[in-house]
Amino acid sequence: MNPLGQLILARLREFFREPSALFWTYGFPTLLTLALGMAFQNPDPKQVVVAVWPGPDQQRRIDALQADPGIRVEALSEEETRRRFLGARVTMAVSGTRDLVLTYDPRDPEAPATRCRVLQHLREASSEPLLPVQDAPIEAPGARYIDFLVPGLIGMNILSGSMWGIGYALVEARKRKLLKRLAATPMRRGDFLVSFFLARLLFLGTEVAVILAFAMAVFGLEVQGSWAALVLLAATGAMAFGGLGLLAASRTRSTETVAGLMNLIMLPMFVLSGVFFSASRFPDFLQPVIGVLPLTLLNDGLRAVINEGAGLGSVAGPLVALAAGGWIASVVALRIFRWF
Amino acid sequence: MTPAIEVSRLVHRYGTVTAVAGIDLEVSPGECFGLLGPNGAGKTTTMEILEGLLTPTSGQVRILGRTWDEGNGDLRERLGVALQETTLADRLTCLEVIRLFRSFHRRGRDPEEVLAQVGLTDKRDAWVMRLSGGQRQRLALATALVGDPDILFLDEPTTGLDPTARRDLWQVVEDALRRGHTCVLTTHSMEEAERLCQRVAILDHGRVIAQGTPAELVATLGASEVVELATDPPLPPAVFAVVPGVHQALPGPRGARLTVDRSSEVLPELIRHAERQGAALASLDIHRATLDDVFLRLTGRSLEADG
Ligand SMILES: Nc1ncnc2c1ncn2[C@@H]1O[C@H](COP(=O)(O)OP(=O)(O)O)[C@@H](O)[C@H]1O
Ligand SMILES: [Mg+2]
Repeated sequence: MNPLGQLILARLREFFREPSALFWTYGFPTLLTLALGMAFQNPDPKQVVVAVWPGPDQQRRIDALQADPGIRVEALSEEETRRRFLGARVTMAVSGTRDLVLTYDPRDPEAPATRCRVLQHLREASSEPLLPVQDAPIEAPGARYIDFLVPGLIGMNILSGSMWGIGYALVEARKRKLLKRLAATPMRRGDFLVSFFLARLLFLGTEVAVILAFAMAVFGLEVQGSWAALVLLAATGAMAFGGLGLLAASRTRSTETVAGLMNLIMLPMFVLSGVFFSASRFPDFLQPVIGVLPLTLLNDGLRAVINEGAGLGSVAGPLVALAAGGWIASVVALRIFRWF
Repeated sequence: MTPAIEVSRLVHRYGTVTAVAGIDLEVSPGECFGLLGPNGAGKTTTMEILEGLLTPTSGQVRILGRTWDEGNGDLRERLGVALQETTLADRLTCLEVIRLFRSFHRRGRDPEEVLAQVGLTDKRDAWVMRLSGGQRQRLALATALVGDPDILFLDEPTTGLDPTARRDLWQVVEDALRRGHTCVLTTHSMEEAERLCQRVAILDHGRVIAQGTPAELVATLGASEVVELATDPPLPPAVFAVVPGVHQALPGPRGARLTVDRSSEVLPELIRHAERQGAALASLDIHRATLDDVFLRLTGRSLEADG
């Protein structure tokens, strides 16, 4: 047989014999599509939310929009709506008496389509076919899509950085017998593991600082709440995810296996924990699960501090939960840890 | 004087595989003791038990008079270990690696001095990943030496090295031995064991099949020289057993392998004997009897060919 044919065959064989490659090529995109589908397509829970503010036309507008099954209409006060914009839990607000005023975040990917639909319905229902419209884009830091996105990216970065930095590095050291060699010295074994966590914290500090500084400089992001709470959340998150990395690495000998294990832990969180869009878009039956995922706790906490001005007190809950989860994972990991 | 290492009835099983099947050893302070055996003989397993890394299935081990249950951290202070095949960090320099290992010990030696001793001074700032095989082994030796150990454990320090790198490493080990460390080293090279070790135990299938100084072990052959000869057409080795002065005749890698006392006296008769069988001499090799010949006599296999 000709060499090119043999070479192609060898590539294909190696590819299909590597389970993790298979997963990343076929499994992961399918899962992601499925998840996005659940979040954005299902008629019921993933309707866009449109708020109608109080005023003489409120009820008429609600009736007109309610006819569209893709829109969930809510009669909300302006204050409540602004609060919900912070969590990207409402896409558009309708107000105004003479003119129609549409309030939305122009960076929200759903805004343009929603604007079209809302306009169409309201014009059809109106006696006046050329209803004048005013757009009121939200520009205040803390309420834009970018404000929603950045904390999510920070959370995702903390998760993957901690897991790879601790889990993968440990298995690599075990595989090359460095762990065994170190175990044969008088080195205190605790020191070695602590060094991984402390080094992780140092890296994390710079990573988070770079993302934040960039978002502040380029997008005008503002940290509305307490910096102490932000630092503590990031550090606790890193330690908790480091604990998960330690657990994944505690008995694993091959780097391929630990990579698979860590992806298994991280993927559901990347998809479900509200990195790119609000986790509230997922169906209700998933919400209890999503609510206890460590990345959801971290992302929600970061968003509360950065966008909603939360202080230490209001993120105490997620802080304690993350710390407890990380502690349990680490204790179990150390119980079953294998040096060689 | 208490022995540096005492091992009795040591057994280790991995599941159903018995890697060590009842070993007794005693190593005196200051001596270099060799564990000699083919791949899979149980050398590494024995070493890792001595180093306190593995818990044996049964048997007793005393290191410097103490068991591993009694003196964990303390005992480790006094041991220097070079494992078979460790990759120390890729992107640390030699000096950084040695400083790291020095930091684990309460007392120890100056890292630069240890690097000089193993001949890596000019590589002190080179990354580990840029070192040759021989340099890596010397670095591994340096990590073992930097704690100024009482006992040095070297697991196959020269396996996989080319002959020059090997001789360089022997020099470094001999130099380290002169500083008075007790040493246990494993090898499947009889040449290495004869050169470095005062006493050796020959291991096969997890058992000690012979123990003593290299000279004592060679003396058990009852002969001091080995003649390897091939004939055309080939003759079975047993044919030569009847020749006076031949102690033993075994098949070897290059024809018949005969242990003899004085080859100069036996050789003419051997050649005549071959001619009487209608065969001519095709090749001939005469050498001093070595541990490999001892291993061949004990197991019927050649250590070198096995390794
Ligand atoms: N971790 C292990 N699990 C199972 N079997 C092992 C393990 N390590 C070694 N063995 C087996 O134990 C025997 C002795 O191995 P080892 O001590 O490494 O020998 P050597 O160092 O003399 O080559 C071999 O048969 C080997 O296959
Ligand atoms: Mg070995």
